[in-house]
Amino acid sequence: MTPETLSRLQAAIAAKHPVALCTRLADGAQLLLPGDAADAGLSDAAAAALLADKPTQHEGWFIHPHNPALRLIIVGAVHAAQAMLPMASALGFATTVIDPRRAFATEERLPGVTISHDWPDDAMAALRPDTRSAIVTLTHDPKIDDPALDAALRSPAFYIGALGSKRTHAKRVDRLREMGHDDAAIGRIRAPIGLDIKALTAPEIGLSIMAEIIATRRGAGLAQRG
Amino acid sequence: MSEDILATASAWRDAGESVAIATVVETWGSSPRPAGSRFAVSSAGRMAGSVSGGCIEGAVAEAAAATMANGTPQLLDFGISDESAWEVGLACGGKLKVFVEKLG
Repeated sequence: MTPETLSRLQAAIAAKHPVALCTRLADGAQLLLPGDAADAGLSDAAAAALLADKPTQHEGWFIHPHNPALRLIIVGAVHAAQAMLPMASALGFATTVIDPRRAFATEERLPGVTISHDWPDDAMAALRPDTRSAIVTLTHDPKIDDPALDAALRSPAFYIGALGSKRTHAKRVDRLREMGHDDAAIGRIRAPIGLDIKALTAPEIGLSIMAEIIATRRGAGLAQRG
Repeated sequence: MSEDILATASAWRDAGESVAIATVVETWGSSPRPAGSRFAVSSAGRMAGSVSGGCIEGAVAEAAAATMANGTPQLLDFGISDESAWEVGLACGGKLKVFVEKLG
């Protein structure tokens, strides 16, 4: 790999531009797509690899997609959020915490984390969650969680989870119905949140949620609920 | 990103070392690391990342020395059924191809 190719690839990653590094295995020649000139077949294969987020080969070329990091949006700067954040970073997620309660969402409690003190409806409008986003609500407070879930359900986020017991969630479902969401939409919400590993402590809850996010992302059977 | 092998490799190169990058380009069976997994090695013997569960990194690092010296990329085959130059089997029974290239 030439230093020039490396710096262009790293610039694309830093700018969050999806790009595929294409390597001709016979001689090591490399292209970055989209961007460089290539025949239609290779360009199409690179576009497909980026969409699938999966490396592939095409006529002697190895196509290695580099998509922007998955995003994790946590609503509620609570103890479980603090425990989850280092795990999420280690798993490659770019993290944002939304909490309008400034006493909770402090730099001291969440070092190095992107914090939004906006109300969740405004914050979510600015963040525009996409198919590579996971959204987790942790406050238990309908004033904060509900507008976040409302926005989450109107987004194509691949994971939506809400902390709270079955009873809490039943009441939440009623409120979301009143906001105009049908059962299919509401069924996207993982509640009670997380894989059932009998988590008790904040780090255990964080682990169960992160494990469920990964299981959902990878299409694991563990992520299916009866 | 927590695991930015390219950034690590780039830093080694900036520090004046020769660096090679190995990338898994194809797997069969129960190979532990998927295509796209990277492993970087420097002329000083530094290593980062992985292309397997640890079974073949030593052999890749050895092969990478030649690529660092002459700049010629290599496509290495590893697998339990492979009786050729690489006497390195994968305990898991998987097979994989690893592309090794020099950085810079």
